[in-house]
Amino acid sequence: MVKISEITGPLMLVDGVSDAAYDELVEIKLRSGESRLGKVLELNGDKALVQVFEGTEGLDLKTVSLSFKGRSLELAVAPDMTGRIFSGLGRPIDGIPELIPTKRLDVNGLPINPFSRDYPNDFIQTGISTIDGLNTLSRGQKLPIFSASGLPHSRLAAQIAHQAKVRGKEESFAVVFGAMGITYEEAEFFISGFRKTGAIENSVLFINLASDPAIERIATPRLALTAAEYLAFDVGMHVLVVLTDMTSYCESLREVSAARREVPGRRGYPGYLYTDLATLYERAGRIKGQAGSITLIPILTMPDDDKTHPIPDLTGYITEGQIILSRDLERKGIYPPVDPLPSLSRLRDKAIGEGRTREDHASVANQLFASYARGREVRELVVILGEAALSDTDKKYLEFANEFEKHFIRQGQNESRSIEETLRVSWKLLKILPKEEWKRIKPEIAEKYADKS
Amino acid sequence: MIKKISGPLVIAEVEGAKKGDLVRLGGKRLIGEVVELRGKNASIQVYEETSGLKIGDEAINTGSPLSVELAPGLIGGIFDGIQRPLEDIVNVSGYFIERGIDVPSVSREKKWSFVPSVKEGDVVSAGDIIGQVEETPLIKHKIMVPYGISGKVETIKAGAFSVDETVAVIEGQKISMLQKWPVRRRRMLLQKSPVDSPLVTGQRIIDTFFPIGKGGAACAPGPFGAGKTVIQHQMAKWSDADLIVFVGCGERGNEMTDVLKEFPTLKDPKTGRPLLEKTILIANTSNMPIAAREASVYTGAAIAEYFRDMGYNVAMMADSTSRWAEALREMSGRLEEMPGEEGYPAYLGSRLADFYERAGRGKCFGKPERDGSLTLIGSVSPPGGDMSEPVVQNTLRVTKVFWALDEGLAHKRHFPAINWLLSYSLYLPNLSEFFSKEIAEDMAEVRAEAMKLLAQEAELEEIVRLVGLESISKKEQLVLFVSKMIREDFLYQSAFDQVDQYSSLKKQYYMLKSIVEFFVKGSPAVEEGVDLEQLKKSEVVGQIAGARFMKDEDVTNLPERVASSINALRSGGRHG
Repeated sequence: MVKISEITGPLMLVDGVSDAAYDELVEIKLRSGESRLGKVLELNGDKALVQVFEGTEGLDLKTVSLSFKGRSLELAVAPDMTGRIFSGLGRPIDGIPELIPTKRLDVNGLPINPFSRDYPNDFIQTGISTIDGLNTLSRGQKLPIFSASGLPHSRLAAQIAHQAKVRGKEESFAVVFGAMGITYEEAEFFISGFRKTGAIENSVLFINLASDPAIERIATPRLALTAAEYLAFDVGMHVLVVLTDMTSYCESLREVSAARREVPGRRGYPGYLYTDLATLYERAGRIKGQAGSITLIPILTMPDDDKTHPIPDLTGYITEGQIILSRDLERKGIYPPVDPLPSLSRLRDKAIGEGRTREDHASVANQLFASYARGREVRELVVILGEAALSDTDKKYLEFANEFEKHFIRQGQNESRSIEETLRVSWKLLKILPKEEWKRIKPEIAEKYADKS
Repeated sequence: MIKKISGPLVIAEVEGAKKGDLVRLGGKRLIGEVVELRGKNASIQVYEETSGLKIGDEAINTGSPLSVELAPGLIGGIFDGIQRPLEDIVNVSGYFIERGIDVPSVSREKKWSFVPSVKEGDVVSAGDIIGQVEETPLIKHKIMVPYGISGKVETIKAGAFSVDETVAVIEGQKISMLQKWPVRRRRMLLQKSPVDSPLVTGQRIIDTFFPIGKGGAACAPGPFGAGKTVIQHQMAKWSDADLIVFVGCGERGNEMTDVLKEFPTLKDPKTGRPLLEKTILIANTSNMPIAAREASVYTGAAIAEYFRDMGYNVAMMADSTSRWAEALREMSGRLEEMPGEEGYPAYLGSRLADFYERAGRGKCFGKPERDGSLTLIGSVSPPGGDMSEPVVQNTLRVTKVFWALDEGLAHKRHFPAINWLLSYSLYLPNLSEFFSKEIAEDMAEVRAEAMKLLAQEAELEEIVRLVGLESISKKEQLVLFVSKMIREDFLYQSAFDQVDQYSSLKKQYYMLKSIVEFFVKGSPAVEEGVDLEQLKKSEVVGQIAGARFMKDEDVTNLPERVASSINALRSGGRHG
């Protein structure tokens, strides 16, 4: 006889279980007729530990009935799932009836065979100079935005979602949006943005708001990525997945881990946080012989702007770079406040250059980085010594850093710059510096492009 | 019979279980290994995702330990953490990896042309080479007598064989080209000897400043984005090892794809053949099962030692050992062991030491007499870039080369982002004879002079930051100028430029010698009153900066050009 013996936090301990499988989906029926979902976290003899996605509030030990579903959590998919809005557990919340599924997919997915992967090297033009010029995004890449409270990561993500394109190609494109624990306003900002531009037609949204059950968030990114895998590799679309906010997701994981009394890792997060995040992020990619692709932009807020906090730290170890937003730039009124120095796209060098963007792209980008870094150092020097103590070259670097922030980093929220435009601005800025300082640019490149742009 | 399931740990009653036995679980026959025995119960770490397993499912003991298959057919292949061939898995399960797949590690169909090197009637013992197969144009796969077998060769024949066919009979025992070896057991050398020659990597900061010897062990710790993987890839691409075993341990799938895509097109610098002809890849990407991650470095090491035993110089890269340590930690937590520092098991240090001690060079077992070496290079990914954490600290205790990857340098896009003030190589004394004989007599002095300048630069920069450039002497300003040249024109190296990505040892020497010469000749010149600005503008400064992109022969006379150009300035200064 299946009987709940304990309810603690988001977990239930169930006795008298037979024939249950590890990771199996459990349906929990309340006397009121309400039904919730859970999954098996551990099996020990006839005991099962079940994690309840929608919270254990209102459950009791006597009247609740359980049924083990004989499968893992699944998502119903169909080609017409675009344009739809679902809850964080995959139930429609847009007032339209449920999908007629063409199939049901296990939300845990399977690892892509590294042998079958195709390397991401198709340049995606986001229209944002700090990304296109310096930290280029490729199709199939996973590039997170490291943000912090109060910074405009949502606006930036929405701008990328609206502007991103692979040039010279007309291909079907979809956006999958997974929201975990974000506020109603933030969610509304995305949804209305998608509606306004008509992008909603090509989007699938999974929304778990801050007021929704916290444990449900553990499922949300998996649903979003399962939908993305279906659209990319079954339907053949190029899918951009935006997941926000990964920090809320990790906190839910921590909650479950604490309830299970596991040995905590750094800052109380479970020791398997890296592996868990990897099973999400690594679902991005391209596959040889398949038309579609999954490009992933997870957004996370760094607690106390701390990049070494476990969530940004472990994310950075898995993803192919990171875009870091800076409070200093934001204070100066610069949008998007992308700090180019700690930002990085690991796939940049394979996505740029002749035939992809332009021959001079790599040299220009390297020179901009080096010069802006030097300019920032000079700026710190000025604080201590005053501007008078600077050499002429240093003064030029200072000017360069200021102009770079004003004309390269800053751009309008609806301004989509082509890569040529980004490079044109770059050369113009580099000319502030004496040519001897162009150490990262080969002379023949400088000669060919410096004045042409 | 399974009694408990908790993630990758399963507790079951297994018949006749020994520690280390391989066990098959449930209807999908998932692969697991016995890690603990308690009464009737065995704790099993499962190398695959356990979802769907049930209490009461069967657990079948195979009776043998987790082993690798050693035979022709490994080179150019890509395997998962327990040596299942990923290319063949595509044929079985498509582009996603399903569970419970059973594919032999090396093909049983392919025929290899076996050429014996002993005759019938010869007496052989374990480790003796009895013949060979040309596995790739770069690697002759030596067939060795397996351990535990010796005696008279009764039959041996040349011809085309698959790996499991008998090629010889020794004292009644059939010998095929396929051997099995338990991954956790190390293969011994007959006699270890100290490191005496460098593993040439073509990377200037490594070869010139912090070299690693063939048979040595090195580690490259650094925060994310500091370029650990790029360095590992550069070493795999350019090092002069005969064979590379690259273990992608808990890292990105796309990085393995990159290697797979790029290596067939890259040429081995020594022979001009495609690099994949001397590379073996082990991939346990971060989304693949965690227990197999723990095994992947051992799988790699066992394969690497096997080729070392043939007399090759083998280099193995493990990227990243932190993921391996984390896998240890996760299993340890599930086993409810008492945690040590930061939750890592108390045996973390001894496991790391045991692993890095598999590096070494020396005499291999068997006839003909031959030397082999295994060089180990591990990257470490410390959380938050904190070098005081246990994996870094335990690794530093057992590796003799430390390449400190520096986030600050990476932000300035100075690559390789190896910090020259923190890094060290304890192999320099072992290698000094090689360098002075093979490269240049004054190599050590040139290196020391350059290091001195870099150390001085760090001190001077402190002063300049506080009181300004004008407050230091002209000679000190020259130090700053020259050390900047060392940094930007020598240490900085592009992994993406066709010429710059690889510098021969000779070229490295001439490049550095030119810069040092600029200082040696320049500093008396400045003292004599030659204008520093004029010196900085001299033509050779541009030539030194361009040396990275020059052919070897064009760099050879650069030191003389520097000397004569400064001498001209000096004499000009005196007369004017």
